Amino acid sequence: MQAHGKVLKYGDNVDTDVIIPARYLNSFDAKELASHAMVDIDPTFVERVNDGDLIVAGKNFGCGSSREHAPLALKTAGVSCIIADSFARIFYRNAINIGLAICECPEAVAEISEGDEVKVDYDTGVITDVTTHKTYQAQPFPPFIQKIITEGGLVNYLNNQE
Amino acid sequence: MAMTMTQKILAAHAGKDHVAPGELIEAKLDLVMANDITGPMALPIIKKMGGHVFDKDKVVFVPDHFTPNKDIKSAENARAILKFSLDEGLTHIMVQGKNGVEHAILPERGLVYAGQAVIGADSHTCTYGALGAFSTGVGTTDIAAGMAKGIAWFKVPSAIKIHLTGKLPPYVSGKDVILHIIGRIGVDGALYQSMEFTGEGVQELSMDDRFTICNMGIEAGGKNAIFPVDDKAREYMRNAGVSEWVEYEADEDAQYVETVEVNLSDVRPTVAFPHLPGNAHTIDEVEAADKIYIDQVVIGSCTNGRYSDLEKAAKILKGHTVADNVRVMVVPATQKIFLQCVDNGLVDIFVKAGCAFNTPSCGPCMGGHMGVLAKGEKCVSTTNRNFVGRMGDTQALIYLASPEVAAASAIAGYIANPEKVGGEN
Repeated sequence: MQAHGKVLKYGDNVDTDVIIPARYLNSFDAKELASHAMVDIDPTFVERVNDGDLIVAGKNFGCGSSREHAPLALKTAGVSCIIADSFARIFYRNAINIGLAICECPEAVAEISEGDEVKVDYDTGVITDVTTHKTYQAQPFPPFIQKIITEGGLVNYLNNQE
Repeated sequence: MAMTMTQKILAAHAGKDHVAPGELIEAKLDLVMANDITGPMALPIIKKMGGHVFDKDKVVFVPDHFTPNKDIKSAENARAILKFSLDEGLTHIMVQGKNGVEHAILPERGLVYAGQAVIGADSHTCTYGALGAFSTGVGTTDIAAGMAKGIAWFKVPSAIKIHLTGKLPPYVSGKDVILHIIGRIGVDGALYQSMEFTGEGVQELSMDDRFTICNMGIEAGGKNAIFPVDDKAREYMRNAGVSEWVEYEADEDAQYVETVEVNLSDVRPTVAFPHLPGNAHTIDEVEAADKIYIDQVVIGSCTNGRYSDLEKAAKILKGHTVADNVRVMVVPATQKIFLQCVDNGLVDIFVKAGCAFNTPSCGPCMGGHMGVLAKGEKCVSTTNRNFVGRMGDTQALIYLASPEVAAASAIAGYIANPEKVGGEN
């Protein structure tokens, strides 16, 4: 499994209120949420993002509310993977639970630029910046988490345990 | 091996004698909660996992975010969780007019108490640590799994010790303490960690102060925040109708990655400037700069909508009038608190001062309704987040503060020092 796309880059503390503002939370329709993704931090995001693109961001990505609408909006908008210095813990869980790949790699975040073409190999944790020909090593998911992802999220994982 | 309070609770709920930081465990849950935003999204997932809750006593849906229903979609969502609650025969049915905001109503009703492991599909679920419970916020999938199966997986957190000494001065309260702490350690200062409060200063804090402090643990990135159980906590739980609970204490040689010393006597009224809760400034710094004129004040929410919060604000507002440039929303967090405000004359004070006195709701805190901000407006709010667009337009500015600062600012028309506006405390 791998991600492959161009990069949209953001700073530190991208919070769930800018990823999907509360005024849109009266719906949990994934496509509707995706149509408002990132609107309060980058109104051009929805036009610019293509299927498979990656978000690269600073520390504490997804801080704030527990709304699972946030990773769902990004995944449905086309984001294949988020690389950040660190993630807020609830966002981290929610992303895994809905099958959105995320990895922590400050070295990659420091050097990858907006618009770069990047690949991420989920099995090895290797991040390749195709544009600059540089590679970075992120921690691959532990087996426990890989199992949740390969079984299609937490729901299937728990159902399959019975 | 020595364990923190959080680690001991998690070990007990995972059926283990011992857990270590970083270890992945599966814990049995004592209470699982969702609201009218996260709950409806969980229902189809619960359906996929058998369609029923694991225990009718231990699953609760609280309508509070977009209620009173602000539009048709919100009405459908509130209806969906009520219908599911009734169909499942849940023991605790929450309906507008009888309950309130989730993190105030669950402790008030005695549904959360010391020694429990609790998850809620709301980030401020960490509030219940004030009673000595492990409680943390999760998303919709986790909450659906918790409701259907009664379990959740956790990575055992390492801990930060917050050692409290001294005693809070007048006009300084729990909100100032937590804004001060977040200002020092940053909005990711406790990322993935538990915040464990200790020290002789604990006994000087009211339960409402502790709820406020734990409530905002998430704003430092914390997995949970927790206080030791003392006589004040025991009295609170008994008054809430709880007869049995389990008290855990951290081992004396438990490991902490960091210790933060806070002398409560030195904490000043503190304001978090836009757009992060960690952007803390003392009231003295605020007074030394140009006046910050405001358009709205909100006094309420799961952070500061409890009775003593409103009482502090009322004491300052008594006999004063809200400035002409300001509108004030006072929002008691539960119906019981609402009634106390009626019975004890607080509503009279608020209304005579020129405040709107509203029904319990999360409304204005996340820009839902009942106090949305226009472009360029400034708001002093006793809520918990001042992110871009949180309470309305992306160009609105939110200043987080205590009920005392909020009340003083309402009178002055700009961010003001409650020590100087007067009132009794």
